[in-house]
Amino acid sequence: MSFLELSGIHKHYGPVAALAGVDLSVASGSRTAIVGPSGCGKTTLLRLIAGFEAPDQGRIVLDGEVLADGDTAVPAHRRGIGLVAQDGALFPHLSIAANIGFGMGRHEEKRSERIAELAYVVGLDKGILKRRPHELSGGQQQRVALARAMAMKPRLMLLDEPFSALDTGLRASMRKAVAELLETAGITTILVTHDQAEALSFASQVAVMRDGKFSQVGTPRELYFKPKDRMIAEFLGDAIVLPARIADGVATSPLGRIAVDSTERRDVARIMLRPEQVLLKRTSREGMSGTPDMLFGEVTESEFAGSMCTIAVRLLNSPDPPDAAAIGNTPLILRKPGMDAPAIGEIVRLTVSGKAHVFA
Amino acid sequence: MQSAIDLAPSGLPADTTAVRARRWSVSWIALAAVFVSLFALLPLAFIVWVAVQTGWETVAALVFRPRVGELLVNTSLLVVLAVPISIVLSVALAWLTERSDLPGARLWAWLSVAPLAIPAFVHSYAWITMVPRLHGLWAGVLVSVIAYFPFLYLPVAAALRRLDPALEDAAAALGLGPWRVFRRVVLPQLRLAICGGSLLVGLHLLAEYGLYVFIRFDTFTTAIVDQFQSTFNGPAANMLAGVLVTCCFVLLGLEVLVRGEERYARVGSGAARHQQRTSLGRATIPCLLLPAVTTLLALGVPFVTIGRWLMAGGADVWRLDEIGLALGQTLFLAIAGALLATVAAMPMAWISIRAPGRLQRVLEGCNYIVGALPGVVIALALVTIAVRIAMPLYQTLFTILVAYALMFLPRALISLRASIAQAPVELERAASSLGRSPLKALWSTTIRLSAPGAAAGMALVALGIMNELTATQMLAPNGTRTLAMAFWSYSGEIDYASAAPYALIMVAMSLPLTWLLYVQSKRMAGR
Repeated sequence: MSFLELSGIHKHYGPVAALAGVDLSVASGSRTAIVGPSGCGKTTLLRLIAGFEAPDQGRIVLDGEVLADGDTAVPAHRRGIGLVAQDGALFPHLSIAANIGFGMGRHEEKRSERIAELAYVVGLDKGILKRRPHELSGGQQQRVALARAMAMKPRLMLLDEPFSALDTGLRASMRKAVAELLETAGITTILVTHDQAEALSFASQVAVMRDGKFSQVGTPRELYFKPKDRMIAEFLGDAIVLPARIADGVATSPLGRIAVDSTERRDVARIMLRPEQVLLKRTSREGMSGTPDMLFGEVTESEFAGSMCTIAVRLLNSPDPPDAAAIGNTPLILRKPGMDAPAIGEIVRLTVSGKAHVFA
Repeated sequence: MQSAIDLAPSGLPADTTAVRARRWSVSWIALAAVFVSLFALLPLAFIVWVAVQTGWETVAALVFRPRVGELLVNTSLLVVLAVPISIVLSVALAWLTERSDLPGARLWAWLSVAPLAIPAFVHSYAWITMVPRLHGLWAGVLVSVIAYFPFLYLPVAAALRRLDPALEDAAAALGLGPWRVFRRVVLPQLRLAICGGSLLVGLHLLAEYGLYVFIRFDTFTTAIVDQFQSTFNGPAANMLAGVLVTCCFVLLGLEVLVRGEERYARVGSGAARHQQRTSLGRATIPCLLLPAVTTLLALGVPFVTIGRWLMAGGADVWRLDEIGLALGQTLFLAIAGALLATVAAMPMAWISIRAPGRLQRVLEGCNYIVGALPGVVIALALVTIAVRIAMPLYQTLFTILVAYALMFLPRALISLRASIAQAPVELERAASSLGRSPLKALWSTTIRLSAPGAAAGMALVALGIMNELTATQMLAPNGTRTLAMAFWSYSGEIDYASAAPYALIMVAMSLPLTWLLYVQSKRMAGR
C-alpha cells in the first residue's frame, strides 16, 4: 500500500533524456533516499514530484490523488508538498519569523505561537526569530527552511541535498535530527543526495539512480551487501571484486575459498567483498610455512589518517584461480583502525568473514 | 586618509627608505583624491555662499513667491507621474524579456535599451514636429518616460536575471500562486534596482532642459536658464538653483529611506540554477504589444521624424563644412572631457578599493553628490566663480572641461572602481617585490589591468558630453558650436530640416556606446 506512486516517468530536455522511465513506490510515513552521481536526473525527478515541471510521460499519484498524468499536472502551489532546497533558499528580504510563517495565512490564528513552536521543534533559539537569514549559520538556515516547510503541514517532504552545504560534523547530527523530527511528525520524506553514506544512514528505502533510471531500489542493507552490479557496488562504498569459480555455495577465488550467497554453479563469475569483511592477523614469514590452505600477504603501503589507516596488502600465496595472473599483483586496499594497523613490510594472515556476493 | 597610509604593506622589504617612498606615494594619491573631492563640492559651496551673501530677506523674497511655487508644483508633478509609470513599464518589459518565452526576447531587450542613444531633446523634437500641439504636463510625462525609462529597465532586467530561482520554487512549494510569488518574493528582490533606477530617472528629470523647452513645460531647470539668459547670474537664478539642489537632495534622501538596509544577496553558497522562462501561451500576442508599442513610440517616432525631415531637406541640409566643424569640436570636447574626468577619478577609485574606510566613503560620497546636481547648477556656479574671481577663465576651454569633469565624475568613478576591484592587490605587491618603485608598480599592474574598465567609463563620459546642452551653452568659449548646440539653434529657428542631420549624427554616435552599456549590464549579471 503505497502513498506515493511514480510510474513510467519520462522527461526530455531537447534531445537529452533526463528521466527515462522511472517507477517508484513510497510507503506512508517512510523515508526514501534517491542517490546518484550529479547529472543522473535525481533533481529533475524531485522537481517533477514538487510540481515545478510536468513529465513528458508517466503518472504521479499521491495518496490516491493524481498529481500528474503526462503533461497535465497540478501546479506546485496546490500540491501541499514541502521542499527544503540545497542551501535553504530562505527569503533574504524577510526576517526568520516571516520566513517560517511565509506559507501560513497572514491573519491566521495564533500565527506567532505556531512560528515559535515550529522554531522550537527544529531546535532554533527563540531570539533568532527577529534576525535575517544572512546572519545565521548554514545549519541554522537549514533548520529555518525545514520549519518553513513544516509550517504548512505537508503530506510529503522533499529534501534536495539539504545537508551538502554543511560541515562534516554538523551534517551527521543534522541528518539524525531531521530524520527523527520527520519520523515523529509522521511525514513521508524523500531525500535526494549524491552522498551514499547519507542515503544509507537516512532512509529505509534507497534508490540508486543512473542515467535517468533507477538501477536498483531496496533497503540500505540489500543495496550495500547485494548490489546488482559492480557500478552500484562501487558507488555505495569500497568494494573488492574478484573473479571466481562457484560450486555448492562456495567460491574459489584469489582469496581462497569463500562462502557465497548463491547456490548455482558457475565456472566464470565475479564476486564482491566489502573491504571490512577481510580480516588481518599479524604473523611472520616463519609462521607461513606448513600451512598451505591459509592465505598470507605482505603490507606494501600504509597511509595513516588518524582513526583510520589505509593499507595495501599484496598476496603472497594466492591459489591459482581463473585469470589469477591479472589480479595476482594488484594489492588489496583495506581500511583498518589506525591504532593498531600493521606497518609496511609486515606479514599478515588474511581471513574472510561473512559471505561474498555473486554478481548476476 | 589615516588608513590609506596604514595600507603601506608590512610585507615589503624592511628597507626603511623603500617604506618611506611607499608611504609618500600613497599619501600623494590620497591628497589628490581629497583635492578632487573638495573641488567637486565647489558648486554646492557656491550655492551656500551665495545664499549667505544675499542675506535672508532677499532669499526669502526670491524663494517664497508664486512663480517658485508654480515651478515646484510642475517639477514635482512631473517626477511623481513619470517615475511610477517608468517603474511599471520597465518591470513589465524586464519580466517579459528576461523571464517569459516572448518571441524575440533578446531583440526586445536591446530595443528597450536603445532609446538611450537618442538625446532627450531629440525625442522631444521628434514628438513636437509630429504632433505640433503637444505641450504641458502630460506631454512632458510622455516624452520623459519614453526618453528615460531605460535607466530603470537596465538595472531591473539585470536584477531579474540574477534572482535565485530556488526562492520562487520555495514560495510555490509553500502554496503561493504565480501572482503572489511575484508580489511577495520577486518584487521585494527588485527593490534595490527599482530604487536606484528611479533615482537616476528622477535626477535626470530635474536636470533636463531641452526636452521641456520644446513642449513648453516650465521646470526649475528651464526657468534657471531663462533667468540666466535674461539677467546673467543674478540672485534670482542662483536662488532657483538653490531650490533645485534642495529637490535633488530630497530625491537622494528619499532613495536612501526607501531602499532601507535590507540585504538582497543570495544567501548560501554554490551557483544558482538556471531560471526557467514562463510560458505565455495564448497571452503571447497581447504581451508582444507592450514592447512593440514602446519601441514604436521610443524609437519609431524619432527615426521616422528625422527621416522625414532629412527627405524634406534633401541634400541642402548637409552643409558638410559646418557639420564637420561641429563634429570635430564635439569629438574634441568629448574626448578631452572624458580624459580629464577619468584622470580625476583615478586617485579616488584607487583609494576606495585599496584603502577603504569611513573618511574615504565620505570623500567618495562628495563625488557622487556633485554628479546628482543638474548641469545648469554646476554651470551657474562656475560662471559666477569665473566672473568674480578668475575673469580670464570665463568662457574658456578650461572652464567647460572642468564642468564636464564635475558633471560626469561618477560615471568614470563607477567604471574605474569596478575594474580596479578586479585587479588583485597582490599583483601590485609582487611588482614592488620585484624591484619596481611604487608608482611604476601601480602603473604596470593595476592601471594596465583596469584599462578596459577605464575605457568603458571614458566612453560613457564622452557619450554624456556629446549630448550635453545646458552647461555647454552657458560655458563654452565664444564660437563653439557642438552638434547639440547646432541642433538646438536650428530647431530654435524652427528650421527642423537643418537640425535633422545633427540629430542623426548624435544618435549614430551614441548607438555603439549604448550597445556597450547593454553588453556590460548583461555581463555584470553573469551571462
